[in-house]
Amino acid sequence: MMEFIYLAIPLAALLGAMIAGLLSEQIGKKGAHTVTLAGVGTAFLLSLVVFNHIVFGNNQYNGSVYTWMVIDTVKFEIGFLIDNLTAMMMVVVTFVSLMVHIYTIGYMSDDEHNWPKESRAGDNSYQRFFSYISLFTFSMLMLVMSNNFLQLFFGWEAVGLVSYLLIGFWSTRETAIFANMKAFLVNRIGDFGFLLGIAAIFAYTGSLDYVEVFKKLPEIAELTVTLIPGQEWSLMTVTAILLFIGAMGKSAQVPLHVWLPDSMEGPTPISALIHAATMVTAGIFMVSRLSPVFELSEVALNFILVIGAITAFFMGLIGIVQNDIKRVVAYSTLSQLGYMTVALGASAYSAGVFHLMTHAFFKALLFLAAGSVIIAMHHEQDIRKMGGLKKYMPITYWTSLIGSLALIGFPFFSGFFSKDMIIEAVHSSTLSMAGFAYIMVLMGVFVTAFYSFRMFFLVFHGEERMDEQTKSHLHESPKVVVIPLIALAIPSVLAGYLVDPMVVGDFFKGAIYPSEAHPVIAELSENYHGILGFVLHGVMAPPFWLAIGGVISAWYIYLKKPSIAQWAYDKFRGIHTLLDKKYYADEFNQTVFAGGALALGKYLWAAGDRFLIDNLVVNGSARVVGWFSGIIRQIQTGFLYHYAFAMIIGVLLIMSWLIFGVKYV
Amino acid sequence: MFDGYLLSVLVWLPIIGGIVTIFVNDRLARPVAFVVSILTFLLSLPLWFQFNIEGAQMQFVELLPWIDAYNINYHLGIDGIAMPLILLNTFTTVLIVVAGWKVIKNKIGQYMAAFLIMEGIINGVFAAQDAMLFYVFFEAMLIPMFIVIGVWGGDNRVYATIKFFLYTFFGSVFMLISLIYMYSLSHSFAIADLQALELGMTPQILIFLSFLIAFGVKIPMWPVHTWLPDAHVQAPTGGSVVLAAIMLKIGGYGFLRFSLPMVPDAAKELAWLVIAMSLIAIVYIGFIALVQSDMKKLVAYSSIAHMGFVTLGLFLVYPIMSTNGGNSDGSLLAIQGSMVQMVSHGFISGAMFLSIGVLYDRMHTREISAYGGVINRMPIFGALFILFAMANTGLPGTSGFVGEFMVILASFKANFWIAFLAATTLIVGAAYTLWLVKRVILGKVANDEVATLTDVTRREFAMLAVLAVAVLVLGLWPDPLTQVMSDSIQHVIEQATTSKLPTQ
Repeated sequence: MMEFIYLAIPLAALLGAMIAGLLSEQIGKKGAHTVTLAGVGTAFLLSLVVFNHIVFGNNQYNGSVYTWMVIDTVKFEIGFLIDNLTAMMMVVVTFVSLMVHIYTIGYMSDDEHNWPKESRAGDNSYQRFFSYISLFTFSMLMLVMSNNFLQLFFGWEAVGLVSYLLIGFWSTRETAIFANMKAFLVNRIGDFGFLLGIAAIFAYTGSLDYVEVFKKLPEIAELTVTLIPGQEWSLMTVTAILLFIGAMGKSAQVPLHVWLPDSMEGPTPISALIHAATMVTAGIFMVSRLSPVFELSEVALNFILVIGAITAFFMGLIGIVQNDIKRVVAYSTLSQLGYMTVALGASAYSAGVFHLMTHAFFKALLFLAAGSVIIAMHHEQDIRKMGGLKKYMPITYWTSLIGSLALIGFPFFSGFFSKDMIIEAVHSSTLSMAGFAYIMVLMGVFVTAFYSFRMFFLVFHGEERMDEQTKSHLHESPKVVVIPLIALAIPSVLAGYLVDPMVVGDFFKGAIYPSEAHPVIAELSENYHGILGFVLHGVMAPPFWLAIGGVISAWYIYLKKPSIAQWAYDKFRGIHTLLDKKYYADEFNQTVFAGGALALGKYLWAAGDRFLIDNLVVNGSARVVGWFSGIIRQIQTGFLYHYAFAMIIGVLLIMSWLIFGVKYV
Repeated sequence: MFDGYLLSVLVWLPIIGGIVTIFVNDRLARPVAFVVSILTFLLSLPLWFQFNIEGAQMQFVELLPWIDAYNINYHLGIDGIAMPLILLNTFTTVLIVVAGWKVIKNKIGQYMAAFLIMEGIINGVFAAQDAMLFYVFFEAMLIPMFIVIGVWGGDNRVYATIKFFLYTFFGSVFMLISLIYMYSLSHSFAIADLQALELGMTPQILIFLSFLIAFGVKIPMWPVHTWLPDAHVQAPTGGSVVLAAIMLKIGGYGFLRFSLPMVPDAAKELAWLVIAMSLIAIVYIGFIALVQSDMKKLVAYSSIAHMGFVTLGLFLVYPIMSTNGGNSDGSLLAIQGSMVQMVSHGFISGAMFLSIGVLYDRMHTREISAYGGVINRMPIFGALFILFAMANTGLPGTSGFVGEFMVILASFKANFWIAFLAATTLIVGAAYTLWLVKRVILGKVANDEVATLTDVTRREFAMLAVLAVAVLVLGLWPDPLTQVMSDSIQHVIEQATTSKLPTQ
């Protein structure tokens, strides 16, 4: 019975996607959102059933659905591994997806306006959008439910595909179709490493099944490989870093972060669903799922720690200078993904996953709230042209406030618990890079609070900077938009109280395996004495005061004395430009990698294929043949006496050879 | 039905049907060709359903004396390697007939005839169990292709046909010499006898090189690949489809049937060369594909890169054994991967060339810069094109993923750097394919010509949809295909790893 339910969950979403996509013409707008909502709704309800069965019933499931391929004795299967980690992910994914589906009904209702008249691609764009987000839900579920690397990679790439389709959804916009190609290619760089990592796992364990691979790990833990002659590296380090490169692509870690801000070209609902709450956290999920592999390499953990810390702090900084409401939230997402990654590096996987969950709620909320503002502002996204929206949009205002407080880690809000756990974990980690990471994440707290409330104040408070035309149309968004906001605001507050079972408790026991060499979580558990104690401890610790400092500075600079902002801008023009240009990462990639690849291709084509092979060898041989036959042709003069002469000479030569030569042979 | 001579039917029915098509009038040519191709396809299905997947023995065998004096026989038979390729051929020919239905205005009967005759000959290539019979079919195949490009080709068709003909002919001549040499030792042209023939190292090396030229040109491998882009660009759509979907596979098939089993010691000795050439094909050609301005050239180069995976997978068995102390675990995965890649590439490249044909029929240009925003006028076509493009980039769930995945997995067992270079296709392959999609399919309507485009007709939709289904089915469930091939490939691996050097 449960097996049937497991299978039904992704298939419900897939079925909805297929009906909405293939029969878009027949079922119309209403049919499309009904059928996809039914699919995702079913998936959500069944996920709750599964959660109940697995978590409260203390069950675990690991079974195959069908055999994809058998080679020799190795089976490549499609199958599900359902434990507490999976069950939690399933609920989060389907819940956020359901909210986004509802929200989309409002957000995309007049999508025709976004297409040029002559474009037939805009005909059923509403249905297509629903089809895509349901397809995404299916793919994401396949990813988190997988019990093997093959299906993990399938889901991994499938969510990438849907992300590609959705970023470029408005395909007539040049920026959108540039952004989606960029997103796909940057992700492919990550997947390149990821696939090699999977190949390493397969080469040394002979299996792609999680359980079997984990069983074999002790045998290969001490192996070394020689990639560069004379250099021996630990196999586990190489494998773990290769796998992590995959996570760097999907979870947008420096330097593979460049695609995420651009992905904001897609419609806002998918920014919330894919590029904030779920898909981008796939990397975090993957590393947690594969914790036994990562635990075997301290080098890899240090590497993860550094990458995460850099992302957490430096991406947050960029958030300060952004003026596009969605981009501020996007950089905040990057920075928060950095926090989760730091947690992984510190072996506090459960803290990372816990932050993943709370972040999914409050970041989806913030994005959808930003979308609500964008609708009200008639697709104006520049926060400098907003202000004072509080009185026009009370529900959006309050839910945004909840989301922002959760994001900055304000006590009693969900982000407080999850982020504090991460910071504590880094603090108690003994890895060599932990000190650096600790400073980064601490400074990141101030930055987070600052950019979050800078945006919050600029949008909802202060003077109303929009034009009269827009102002006269300002009103709260429709019900389908605000209901998801409220529904997401609730867990944004409450989810934090699950810190007890999920981080310091044994919720993830049997799913995540931190080794005894890195007892970070064990230490956190020891020092944990109930929610209240945790909060009391929190308000006396530096992160809290840094967050408060960030909010107050934002308030002072952007509401109280805006002249400071101007002064700072003039004074630190260089830093501002550096941040505004995002450390020139895009320019660098565009020139060096994209430009370099094209130049190389052109050169190889011109010099290799056309000149060397075709011109010199192929046509050259033809010319040589032509030239040679031209010479030979001279011999055929057509005069009989020439031929007779040649014959006589020939006969003489042969005869003399027969008479004189053969004797001595 | 046709027990005992089914393979002959599959060879001769399309050839005779083709000859008939030449002589019926233009109005009848299409239906006749269609019926013949469908009939051939249906008759080829029993090969799959009645195939015994246990063991590597030849099945559906036919043996008749042909030229007694030289012990040459009309000897047909198939194993798990040839069978899927024959099915791919009969399947593709149906699509080609449909694709040429409205498009070819000039000498339609002869056009259809050329493809039907080619279908029969290629079935003969895959079914031949006598090396001389194989050689005859192998050469005969060039004639209809030569005619297709030469008559229905583009402006520069003469250069392309001659280049195509000389290149491939040049390659196969050396193979003929090798076959005759081996005959002089064994007094038999039976492929099985040649596979069993003991040979010294020097003759093995020379024979191996001759096969390498013959099949390397065919598949094609770097650096003897430059005929392919020219041939593709000049060929009519149907010609490109046969070329990419079927003809290239004969190269891979040749390596499996001739090189590995007949001269295993030389193959072991020179595996590094083939692998190096394959990796160059994957990396170097990928970058070249990136800068093409002609759609067909781009897909042609992409074909070469994909064929690099085939040749890489075929020869991985040797480095895998040398890395793992003689243990060949993983080489079945590699060669299976090559085979899956061949079948999958048949679907994907066929679909890509048909799609380009759909555009060409409307716009009469293959220049990428002449397009832009096609999806605004052709949404159904655009969706299908993106699906095939994704398959071309090796997206999991499509057939394009399966072979590449298997070969990369297997190559890691041989050497990290082989896997590393092979896996770069994930990035480069995606780059040239998606950039093509961006420039042609997405964006605003680029110009007035694009603005007048109309979406696919029912006929065009049918042929593309069939391929789309094939791409997805093979991607989601490759097991049936790998099952069919497993024992035969295992047999080849045994042959390839058993020395044939004469025992002193």
